Amino acid sequence: MPDPAALDAVLAARIQFAANISFHILFPALSIGLAWVLVYFKLRHDRGGGEHWLAAYRLWVKVFALCFAIGVVTGVTMSFQFGTNWPGFMLTVGNIAGPLLAYEVLTAFFLEATFLGVMLFGMKRVSNRTHTLATVLVAIGTTLSAFWILALNSWMQTPVGYRMEGGRAQATDWLAILFNPSFPYHFTHMLLACGLTVAFLVAGISAYRWRRGDRGADVEVALRSGVWLAAVLIPLQVVVGDLHGVNTYHHQPAKIAAMEGAWETTRGAPMVIFAVPDEATQSNRYELAIPGLASLYLGHSLDAEVRGLKEFPDAHPPVAPVFFAFRVMVGMGLLMLAVAWTAAWALRRGGTPGPRLTRVLVAMSFSGWVALIAGWYVTEIGRQPWLVQGLLRTAVAAADHPVGRIGLTLAMYLALYAVLLAAFVSVLFHLARKAGAEGQPGNAGGTAEPAIAAKAGIHGEPIGVAGPGSPLSRG
Amino acid sequence: MTTMSEMPDLSQAAGWLPVAFMIVMGLAILAYVVLDGYDLGVGILAALAEPAERNMMVASIGPFWDANETWLVLGIGVLLTVFPLAHGIILGALYLPVAAMLLGLILRGVAFDFRIKAQAHRQPLWNAAFCAGSLLAAVAQGYMLGLLIVGFDRNPAHVAFAAFTGVALAAGYCLLGAGWLILKTESTLQLRALRWARVSLWLTAAGIVAVSVATPVVSPAIFAKWFSVPNIFLLAPVPFITAACIVTAEIALRRLPAQLAQRQERWAWVPFGLAVTLFVLAFHGLAYSLFPWLVPNRFDIWQAAAAPDSMLFIFVGVVIVLPLVIGYTVFAYRVFWGKATRLEY
Repeated sequence: MPDPAALDAVLAARIQFAANISFHILFPALSIGLAWVLVYFKLRHDRGGGEHWLAAYRLWVKVFALCFAIGVVTGVTMSFQFGTNWPGFMLTVGNIAGPLLAYEVLTAFFLEATFLGVMLFGMKRVSNRTHTLATVLVAIGTTLSAFWILALNSWMQTPVGYRMEGGRAQATDWLAILFNPSFPYHFTHMLLACGLTVAFLVAGISAYRWRRGDRGADVEVALRSGVWLAAVLIPLQVVVGDLHGVNTYHHQPAKIAAMEGAWETTRGAPMVIFAVPDEATQSNRYELAIPGLASLYLGHSLDAEVRGLKEFPDAHPPVAPVFFAFRVMVGMGLLMLAVAWTAAWALRRGGTPGPRLTRVLVAMSFSGWVALIAGWYVTEIGRQPWLVQGLLRTAVAAADHPVGRIGLTLAMYLALYAVLLAAFVSVLFHLARKAGAEGQPGNAGGTAEPAIAAKAGIHGEPIGVAGPGSPLSRG
Repeated sequence: MTTMSEMPDLSQAAGWLPVAFMIVMGLAILAYVVLDGYDLGVGILAALAEPAERNMMVASIGPFWDANETWLVLGIGVLLTVFPLAHGIILGALYLPVAAMLLGLILRGVAFDFRIKAQAHRQPLWNAAFCAGSLLAAVAQGYMLGLLIVGFDRNPAHVAFAAFTGVALAAGYCLLGAGWLILKTESTLQLRALRWARVSLWLTAAGIVAVSVATPVVSPAIFAKWFSVPNIFLLAPVPFITAACIVTAEIALRRLPAQLAQRQERWAWVPFGLAVTLFVLAFHGLAYSLFPWLVPNRFDIWQAAAAPDSMLFIFVGVVIVLPLVIGYTVFAYRVFWGKATRLEY
């Protein structure tokens, strides 16, 4: 029987790490997607698309710089917490995790950080072509970083290409490690998620500007780009997500059982739409299910077997968080599909967005973040109690810091992250308002509000007055 | 006290790879200390500046700080990936100062953007976070250095020693930062940087002397290493060169105002160059004192190393990629060569 105090320390270490990595991933996800959107804006401008593409670039490059900075500093935190929170991780699988992380630093971090300087501040100091190249290199850097980190994470889900020697994993086949069975699905799913997160953010912020009567060509192209990107990516994401699920069904049946809320091993397993999983009674309460459907989309046959949680005593993840996180992700995905296609239909052939559509788009600005975090919770909590599936248990890898010490630093991080998140969102809308004011002739600098009111009047759409940082208060 | 393992056969991968990575990690940390050192120093000094000057100061480091900080990730990355046993022990022993440093780095890192992009009434707060974060990160790093020298043993004398190295390193960063500003700025800000450099120089000099005297006192192992024949003769030039650098820097700082007033920039690089030299010398002395220990008296580099195959896989990457990294770092510094200009994008 493990020592309860030690278990609390493990839980504290997990909560701290989860808090850090949850907050961290919000920003690289935006940087990865936004970097390519910026490349697109820049190329459209370079190919003679007009100055408004550059105006769109100028606003979003500011957002990118902000995301990048928050991503870098919270990422530095992660590189330390591998050691402070999970010494057993590097001890056991360091020979595999180490090189992957090292290659991330070497090939991605320096590339993006160095050319970011040129991309942000070098426009007047280098040729336009070099500047575009710097933008592309930053985008490549952010994506390479995702490649290495997803290689490591997917290896932790489906470890192959190693042998154990004296309690430590030794690499035997690096290609097998990099391209492990779940890697293609994790990597593609994550890149599409980054694209979708950015697509809805760009569309939402542009819709916000549109609603304020700020209807320059730059706002319109950004709005259209966001909507079209979302409309194209979301069906791809549905397909990849399904393939990812099938892969998990074959390699991590306990995770699938928790996602599906399946307690018993059955053929013709139902798709549970809603339930409250109860670990004490090992059953679902208030279950609403469609018979046979889970077997169909997992095993591609109506009577395929889906293994239940009871088959994995002491080795299945906590059910409720995985179960609900999965439904949040899928529900958000379906909502994104509906919104993206409705918006794309409304904007087809030069159509302009109506007030109801822009309101929905503003409300969906951060939908990508919600789905992203929910998805990561499914995959990471779903891997518990393993840190590396079947190889290393989370509890074994944790450091034995006193709970109080972890609690102290956890409180510090949580307070800091709450401030940073609030500051990020408020500055995002502030930048959007400012971009509108600067676009107005004779209105460079100063407060935006009077100009906006006048401009809104021209377009004849009544708008209320919102306080700073309260995007949704506009009716 | 564990004994050191026998010096392994350096013709074997398990023998030479840890030495090679010790060099890579050492160079990464040295690069970090010098590069992020100057931008942290500028961050601390920004607390003393007028708002307009502060903007110019941030402009002088804006294009570089991200990449500068990446050297820390590389140094910690090598520790984590090549010496995993030491990583857990070192970072475990330094849990709270590491957290304090990260808090500082996070605050100043995000403040670079927020101090300009936030609503006007919140900008002073982010400026304060920028300066305070820079100071906190610098002091925390120096504090950890002090604890490393004493082998993470925390009796009151050692903690006082570590607190002192914390202040000394912050002073050293200020010297680097002031030297950077003399190089990158003009007129009143440049003159102000000259004054900052003089004060920082003497604080740094006091720090170097005190740490050099205290180190052999608090660490018997280092005492034995320094004061044995022939080491004592091989090490003897180091304090003399250091003293020469400090005196030369003082002379340069006294003469520069008159030259700069006549728009003679020829010697403007001297304070920064000498500050970097001081850091290289101090780093060399420290690395020499600690080698081959990673955790003094507990783990040497061979005992803490990962499997040779994994090290070799990383080493191939280092050999191929690091020259590229250095190449485009030089490119980025050339793009922003000369006096800093207002940042806008």
